[in-house]
Amino acid sequence: MRLGRRVALTLLVLASAASATRAEEAGQPLRPVTIVGDAIPASLTGAAGDPARGRALVLDRTRGLCLLCHAGPFPEERFQGNLAPDLSGVGARLSEGQLRLRLVDGRRVNPQTIMPAYYSLAARTRVARAWQGRPILEAGEIEDVVTFLASLRGPARDQRTGP
Amino acid sequence: MIRTATAALAALLLAPGPAAFPGEIAPADKRSGFAEMGPALQAMQRDDTAHPGMLWVQDGADLWARAPSADAPACGGCHGEARASMRGVAARYPAWDARSGRPIDLEDRINQCRRTHQQAEPFARESADLLGLTAFVALQSRGMPLAPPDDSRLAPARQEGRALFEARMGQLGLSCAICHDDHWGRHLGAAVIPQGHPTGYPLYRLEWQGLGSLQRRLRNCMSGMRAEPYPFGAPEYVALELYLAERAAPLPLETPALRP
Ligand code: HEC
Ligand code: HEC
Ligand code: HEC
Repeated sequence: MRLGRRVALTLLVLASAASATRAEEAGQPLRPVTIVGDAIPASLTGAAGDPARGRALVLDRTRGLCLLCHAGPFPEERFQGNLAPDLSGVGARLSEGQLRLRLVDGRRVNPQTIMPAYYSLAARTRVARAWQGRPILEAGEIEDVVTFLASLRGPARDQRTGP
Repeated sequence: MIRTATAALAALLLAPGPAAFPGEIAPADKRSGFAEMGPALQAMQRDDTAHPGMLWVQDGADLWARAPSADAPACGGCHGEARASMRGVAARYPAWDARSGRPIDLEDRINQCRRTHQQAEPFARESADLLGLTAFVALQSRGMPLAPPDDSRLAPARQEGRALFEARMGQLGLSCAICHDDHWGRHLGAAVIPQGHPTGYPLYRLEWQGLGSLQRRLRNCMSGMRAEPYPFGAPEYVALELYLAERAAPLPLETPALRP
């Protein structure tokens, strides 16, 4: 069932946007992103991210915001959200490229998703002045988070990743 | 597996509607944000002698009785005992204002009386005077069910309020409905998401360490969405207030409520 849905989503993305290269909203262009299937295989910066910085971003409730919605293998963190799937083991379920697309713009996988598009300026309304023209995370930060998520391979327990 | 995948794909393509979203709250499930609070805060809201918001209400009661100038009557000079004349009034607001030809909320209504019946400067939005007087007027309806007027002139603004409630906005691309219709009762980090009812305003919020209006609360939620808040008094807020009142009725008014 889960696998079936994954395949269906892959097909959907393939059908609608195979290998689309997107130029972002006019003004301050973001780095171009190449979607292949349901993934963005290439690093946005051309370099690997830093997992320790990625971990800090995921836990930071004013920058990554992830734990507002998600829980994860972070037993020391109180008050994790329950609006979204647990991030434990997500690195075993999804490839780096799949993780990258879900962060950059999860709407490409699920148009109804409530997960914010972290690296896209498309289809925005009434963005507060301080955030206008800015993605939620910068390209390097996306890579840090992707590298950290990819390291979450086990069941729910704390997986600190050294640099 | 291929068959499952094809069926799922067909379902996705044929039914792009928000199947995962439960949508509007069923009448039997409607409940105030009061229900989401711990017993200590609930007890504080229930006990007027321990409720910090009652200080503002007391100032409002004094203002009600005081003439703004030598030649203008006090609120009570025209309206008499608030307990009788203001009973049930707050439960009907926002309401249509024939003079300005638009819907107005209770704060606006009070300022209209300041302007037209007392020839005095309207109180600033979010000033202690306006909050206290509004809370004092609304207190006279405490425990009464919200009763939004069945007035067709309000329908367009109420509809606009609903559209705003359901619209994605801000850097995070969230809508009010995603949190308050579809995920109430869930944990957004440390906060339990309430249904987002307007029943307690103006209310004392611990985070504000003071009394605040419904518009201030809506601005807080918009900032959380990283959306540009409307200026105080904007028609968009009155539209949202109209929709929120209809969505919450017939929950009882709680003013002044207490919230974390
Ligand atoms: C507003 C809520 C929200 C926030 C904030 C959020 N997510 Fe999500 N996320 C979701 C939801 C809901 C899903 C489930 C898939 C869907 O609805 O599209 C999801 C799915 C995911 C997935 C795929 C999980 C899987 O098992 O398939 C990953 C990975 C993910 N999120 C990572 C993150 C990270 C990392 C952050 C912070 C940088 C984050 N999310 C912030 C709501 C959120
Ligand atoms: C000179 C008499 C007068 C004074 C003084 C006055 N009002 Fe009024 N008030 C009215 C009248 C008349 C109405 C009916 C609507 C209208 O014509 O404005 C009204 C309506 C209202 C309403 C709406 C009632 C409803 O049923 O919708 C409220 C609330 C109110 N006044 C509050 C106040 C407050 C608070 C003050 C003091 C700041 C005040 N009024 C001062 C005459 C007065
Ligand atoms: C990301 C989720 C989220 C979004 C989006 C959101 N809110 Fe809220 N809202 C909350 C939370 C959480 C609280 C309670 C805050 C607390 O207790 O600290 C709240 C409180 C409220 C309350 C106060 C309820 C009470 O009992 O006093 C109202 C009214 C409200 N929101 C309306 C709105 C409106 C209107 C919008 C859209 C403009 C909106 N919210 C967007 C999460 C959200």
